Amino acid sequence: MSHCCQVSTDNWEDVKAKCLTALPEDIVNYIDDHKGDEHAESNLIAILHRVQRHFGYLGQEQMNAVAQLAQIPLAKVTGVATFYHLFRLQPRGKHVISVCMGTACYVKGAEKLSQRLMDELGIHYGETTKDGMFSLDNSRCLGTCGLAPVIMVDDQVYGPVTPSEITIILEKYIKQPRAAAPKAALAVQ
Amino acid sequence: MTEPMIKLTIDGELLEVPAGTTVMKAAEKLGINIPRLCYHPDLSLEGACRVCVVQVEGFNHFIASCSQQVWEGMMVQTNSPQIRQARRDILELLLDNHPKDCQTCERDGNCELQRQAYRLGVRERLFEGKRKQYPQDESSKSVVRNPEKCILCGRCIRVCAEVQGVQNLSQHGRGFNTVVGPANLGPMDESACIQCGQCVAVCPTAAFLEKDHTERVWEALSGAAGKKHLVVHTAPAIRATIGESFGFPLGTPVTGQLVTALRRLGFDAIFDTNFGADLTVIEEGNEFLKRLNGEGPLPLLTSCSPGWINFMEKFYPEMIPLASTCKSPMQMTSTLIKTYYAERKGIDPKDIFVVAIMPCVAKKYEAARPEQLLSQGETVTDAVLTTRELAWMIKSYGIDFANLPEGEYDRPLGVSSGAGDIFGTTGGVMEAALRTVAVKLTGEELGPLVFEAVRGIVGLKEATVSIGGQEINVAVCDGLTHAKKALAYIKSGEKNYHLVEMMACPGGCIMGGGQPYPPFEMDVLDPELAKLRAKALYSVDAHKQLRRSHENPAITKLYEEYIGEPNGEKAHELLHTHYQARMPRGIR
Repeated sequence: MSHCCQVSTDNWEDVKAKCLTALPEDIVNYIDDHKGDEHAESNLIAILHRVQRHFGYLGQEQMNAVAQLAQIPLAKVTGVATFYHLFRLQPRGKHVISVCMGTACYVKGAEKLSQRLMDELGIHYGETTKDGMFSLDNSRCLGTCGLAPVIMVDDQVYGPVTPSEITIILEKYIKQPRAAAPKAALAVQ
Repeated sequence: MTEPMIKLTIDGELLEVPAGTTVMKAAEKLGINIPRLCYHPDLSLEGACRVCVVQVEGFNHFIASCSQQVWEGMMVQTNSPQIRQARRDILELLLDNHPKDCQTCERDGNCELQRQAYRLGVRERLFEGKRKQYPQDESSKSVVRNPEKCILCGRCIRVCAEVQGVQNLSQHGRGFNTVVGPANLGPMDESACIQCGQCVAVCPTAAFLEKDHTERVWEALSGAAGKKHLVVHTAPAIRATIGESFGFPLGTPVTGQLVTALRRLGFDAIFDTNFGADLTVIEEGNEFLKRLNGEGPLPLLTSCSPGWINFMEKFYPEMIPLASTCKSPMQMTSTLIKTYYAERKGIDPKDIFVVAIMPCVAKKYEAARPEQLLSQGETVTDAVLTTRELAWMIKSYGIDFANLPEGEYDRPLGVSSGAGDIFGTTGGVMEAALRTVAVKLTGEELGPLVFEAVRGIVGLKEATVSIGGQEINVAVCDGLTHAKKALAYIKSGEKNYHLVEMMACPGGCIMGGGQPYPPFEMDVLDPELAKLRAKALYSVDAHKQLRRSHENPAITKLYEEYIGEPNGEKAHELLHTHYQARMPRGIR
């Protein structure tokens, strides 16, 4: 610019400063280190993995910071984040419940279990209850077809489970929020 | 170097095409139009819709002709019974996941999906199942997004990224749950959208539409909420395009019929936004001459295009000091209607309803800009109709547009020079400005009229114009990817421009987001279409007595009677504005 402006109308420094507070230093450095790469956009997934590892999920603020710092359109960032099953857009609950949707479990009524869980928890797959207690997922075959239908809470497998037993299982976790895992599972020895 | 030629057979006919040609293009050489939906000749290949599949000998699966290049000895069937069935099946599946509301849809009769369904012979709906259901996003002042009607062709995503460089749209989720929208599928109003409306122009269905203003105009016309003085003004580009909606050949100017049609609709005064364009030339020209004299930064960036202004505020806020402070011709004209004209007529501005007919979708947002309201918070432009909306209103009213007698604009805000007319095409604002600047710089009344170097549809045009011994470097950008290029040159200091014309839409206003959908055989971004429409404006200009904005007697009178000096105090109060950085900041 031949004659430059006295008053800056640029907001980049403000935008950048805000973004820098949203991400930990190592991720900011990672973004910076790869900015000059050929096809720099292809680092997006790697960046998002790092964000998720650090925060447990991809928050709006973090995705926005990634977009600005890496100069990748925000629509693309959220597009990628919503496309891949393993990216989470909400914080994980204290306990992660996974309903097996493998063939055996499905045939034995996994759909009913998931409906019951959704009703009891008031959330859908991929979501977390308001109190931050439970997240609900579905999964492919968990390899315990003999116990079908099964659900998994954290690392604990329960099966066979009937819809009415869902309430009992949930109770355990609500009553013992601090316990690492309940001692005995229903039918798994 | 000539491309090697490839021989292939399409529907039994042998032909030779250059290597790298797609099957679809090769078929066009034989006069065969393969049906298509996601394909757009001016955008990258998507290959998403599969409607263009063909049969190739030796393959037991169908191949998408839009993306498959020809090979030596290829044997293609474009119309076997199997392929016809396959295309019909594909289209039926698209329709089964689409609302069944053609009769009440805004695109009825002008929808590419509907057209292809008819062509492929879809005569019944075979599947009743789950259909995607999403709420309509009406948050934006200009663009309405209706994901239910989306067929996931991805044209909007591509035009937004490749032509406009805005990259505000993306597919979210996957499979059956895929939705096209801005980041996080949040409201358009809070996105990086610059409201140019090119997504509306390229959408084959009604997944993107302009925000409807016809209701409020019907209401004002009916006088139901109290009779107001109804004033309308029409943008330069409308006269070159609205005829298309009434069967006139492309590129036929229909100024006279347009005026008569508006009178029949019931408007009390019909003015020309060209008047505002002439006024812009005076104000912007003076601003430019001042800056050329060292009073202020160079280059001067023009400010007529609201899509560009939105883009600047969100993507390049550091460039704000370079932009002209002039309001757009629409806002200048409307402001004068509610001040100058109102005072002359002795009408309270509150009793005036101003409608602007625009080729543009972003004008709807501009009209509502808080910094451009009257002192008591009223809008100067009360409704903005796109060319499409007005054409529909005329049809709806039952006016036989093609056979109307030619009317004339009212005085004084309907008087304009040819310089005002060419504002509607890329390079036109520059040419109009140069005509006046040349006279002001040299003091010779008969300066140059035609600046060939800034005409044409090429994206970024650069020229050095010698006026009165002074070399003026100009650049003309249409389509924001080209604006990005020019801005990068300005930033790096690589180019030393003095004056830069910015228009958001490729081709300028004649190709704006609110213009009529082109006829079947043409595509929305087709440069040939832009050339024809531009030709109409240049011919209107060439046939006018007045060719330079400062020669417009109504403008001279306005300054004498009302405004005083160009760029003076009153001019700043009424005709200038200011800009500010806006969030979210766009990614360049």
